[in-house]
Amino acid sequence: MKKITKAMELVATSRIAKAQARVQASLPYAQAITGVLTALASNARIDHPLLTPRERVRRAGVLLVTSDRGLAGGYSSNAIRMAESLIARLKADGKEPVLYVIGRKGVGFYRFRDRPIEANWTGFSEQPSFEDARAVGETLIKAFTAGADDVDGGAGADGVLGVDELHIVYTEFHSLMTQNPVTKIIGPMQVEDRPRSEGLLPAYEFEPEAEALLDALLPRYINTRIYAALIESAASESAARRRAMKSATDNAEDMIEKYTREMNSARQAGITQEISEIVGGANALAASGSEV
Amino acid sequence: MAQQLHVELVAVEEKVWSGDAEMVVARTTEGELGVLPGHAPLLGQLAEPGQVRIKLAGGEQVAYEVAGGFLSVSADGVTVLAESATPVSAQSR
Repeated sequence: MKKITKAMELVATSRIAKAQARVQASLPYAQAITGVLTALASNARIDHPLLTPRERVRRAGVLLVTSDRGLAGGYSSNAIRMAESLIARLKADGKEPVLYVIGRKGVGFYRFRDRPIEANWTGFSEQPSFEDARAVGETLIKAFTAGADDVDGGAGADGVLGVDELHIVYTEFHSLMTQNPVTKIIGPMQVEDRPRSEGLLPAYEFEPEAEALLDALLPRYINTRIYAALIESAASESAARRRAMKSATDNAEDMIEKYTREMNSARQAGITQEISEIVGGANALAASGSEV
Repeated sequence: MAQQLHVELVAVEEKVWSGDAEMVVARTTEGELGVLPGHAPLLGQLAEPGQVRIKLAGGEQVAYEVAGGFLSVSADGVTVLAESATPVSAQSR
């Protein structure tokens, strides 16, 4: 028992390090793509469906990131609870939530309660690759684009029900001891106007046109955001599992100690009883022998 | 001494290559393009599939097969963004 949990704790520890390394490794790209987008946004008039908030939000997509396996303490249930409160808030605002779930735990939760899941992905929660993030991102962007022409009570011209907002619920990695579930909006995106400190911005040339570039860049940016959320969740999952396994190991140690002690005292009691029986028997024999 | 160009090639999952070079050759959706030090700021989408060649001082060259890439030239240098980048062996050129 103790050996199993100890082994799982060690595996989780090594996975945290790996996942953290991947978070670090993905930072240069995230910074670069943000820089490029900022440059593009400050040089060209941008008007892109992925950037414009919809006038009326009917359906809101919620992407929930959970784990595939259990034994990770409250990791998945915390994320699910966060998603549930987001869903309740969306419903209160008159928006219809549409669920997208990553990880078997989340899928199991909603299947068991017979609640519809629009799409789900499983099998990569501990070691997500960019390919996985892209698959998720493409589905979400398609739904978001399809939502543009939806009308009240039905799909619009394209006959596909889409979404008008995209939220993501994942677990932020703060440290080995704290991981918090958070919700963020990934669509429509908000462009931040950076304070311009360096005076004149360089006038960029664009190949192809700025609009075409934006078309190509924005979906990639969303995929990058999803990928970042996935690897951070993976780090959190491993950290949560390590902590759960650590306390399981400690409990097992306590139990082993307690039972060893109980076993020893039971054995000792047995021996004492046997000795007193033998002594008693010998005394009885000696007493009866002396009478003969 | 010739001016050097600071080049960074970053893929989504990691930074692939970074260093100083004399020239970067890439193909955008509009056509082949060579970037020398002092190039005007530029943002470009790379052709698919595209090769990015980085010419180092001393005549050496590094080449990468890049998918889903963008090229950004600014005053600080050149950044190539890629969804994936795989090195091409030097002999093939």
